[in-house]
Amino acid sequence: MAGIELSAVQPVAKEWTEKLQAAGIDITSCYQCGKCTAGCPMAQSMDYSPRQIVRLLQLGLADDALRSRTIWMCASCETCATRCPRDVDVAKLMDLLRIEANRTGVAAVPEVPIFHKTFLESVERYGRVYEMELMMKFNMRTRKLFNNVDLGPKMMSKGKLHFMPPKADDGGAVKKLFERVRERRGN
Amino acid sequence: MRIAYYPGCSLDTTGVEFRLSTAFCANQLGLDLWEVPGWNCCGASSAHSTDQLLSLALPARNLAIAEKEGLDMAVPCAACYSRFKTVEAEVRQDEKVQQDVAQVIDMDYRATNNTRSLLEVFVEQVGLDKIEAAVKKPLSGLKVACYYGCYLVRPPKLGHFDRAEDPESMDHLIVKLGGTPVEWPHKTECCGAGMITLSPEDGLPLTYEILRAAQLCGADCLATACPMCLMNLDLHQESVNKKYKADFNLPVFYFTELMALTFGAEPKEIGLDKHFVNSLPLLAGIGKKETA
Repeated sequence: MAGIELSAVQPVAKEWTEKLQAAGIDITSCYQCGKCTAGCPMAQSMDYSPRQIVRLLQLGLADDALRSRTIWMCASCETCATRCPRDVDVAKLMDLLRIEANRTGVAAVPEVPIFHKTFLESVERYGRVYEMELMMKFNMRTRKLFNNVDLGPKMMSKGKLHFMPPKADDGGAVKKLFERVRERRGN
Repeated sequence: MRIAYYPGCSLDTTGVEFRLSTAFCANQLGLDLWEVPGWNCCGASSAHSTDQLLSLALPARNLAIAEKEGLDMAVPCAACYSRFKTVEAEVRQDEKVQQDVAQVIDMDYRATNNTRSLLEVFVEQVGLDKIEAAVKKPLSGLKVACYYGCYLVRPPKLGHFDRAEDPESMDHLIVKLGGTPVEWPHKTECCGAGMITLSPEDGLPLTYEILRAAQLCGADCLATACPMCLMNLDLHQESVNKKYKADFNLPVFYFTELMALTFGAEPKEIGLDKHFVNSLPLLAGIGKKETA
């Protein structure tokens, strides 16, 4: 890491501390004990450990956190949030970083947000997940056409994957729900 | 006893045997499951990684329908359960969240009802005594590694029914079914969740460790309450064997399947033939006097 220009990063530290506080996460509580990282099952696949992500935010280096591989390797298992002796909700922090990294287009592992987007399109359209279409669209969008391609027939042979889309019979309520969320976001 | 029932997407597809065995058990125990009409997907990990309000609104719409009916909600899938518990807590804590959610789902929702995992409903509400009394074919000492995974117990601030670090409700249930729960250290370790599919080289080591721990501790099989965990441990056991040159042959069951079997269900009727690791040879021995 290059040298840090403190006058430049202080406002970023303040901005993120306040933004996270509003979401119930106080990163100033963290005394860097590393309990979150010790129990993290995905830590070996991360570039920064969960403890380091919190430290980056404390120091005002949010951009490094947002561009990290860590936030996309997090499996949302909630072990960190369960064990933190300072009650810092690291799992929720990862959610907020993912949302911001996705919004600003800096995701280091783009396949993961592409999966989420494709998943939610399915929910918006059918009210439930249409797994067959989700898998095919995901493979097309990530240009990995033969990714997990052996699993489809395997699942189908057991009656666990269907050709036809699911029907929620929700009277269009889920589509409207998505529309209202979009309206509130202002786009 | 009557309770609202949210099967969730997996129970119609990858976890269809969870649905079949749940229905069988409920019927045997006189539990009236009122399936939420027009239920929608809870949004899973995709919603909470994309938009906070969306991740609250999707489960809330289902909970609001149950609340209107004056019913608590039983949720078999551990992942859906966790999303429901999250909404419930946030709506109770913050009036602004309650109003935002109500506006987006276009229904009143005040979280006056409770979300319960199906495991909790059976163990705590139906009760272990009633379950024990319904057992016709005990598990005959079958050694079961009870695998709780992440979302049945974490994070504890949501008010889960069992302990976060060493849960035991499923172990107690297995004892009543005539089985022997094994002591093992991976009860609540993460299975790798979606990583198994999105990035197998990062996810498979987690699945491997769970299967290895279960085998080392003498388990004949695993029991779970999560369709995602079951898929990773069952469907992907072959990939784990290939990657690690291992020879695991550990059937993975939903706890409801083991319950239904002891209540006298035929394996096919509850979808046991839909597993990828064949469990039928192991089950040939059940129903006899306990030998273990």
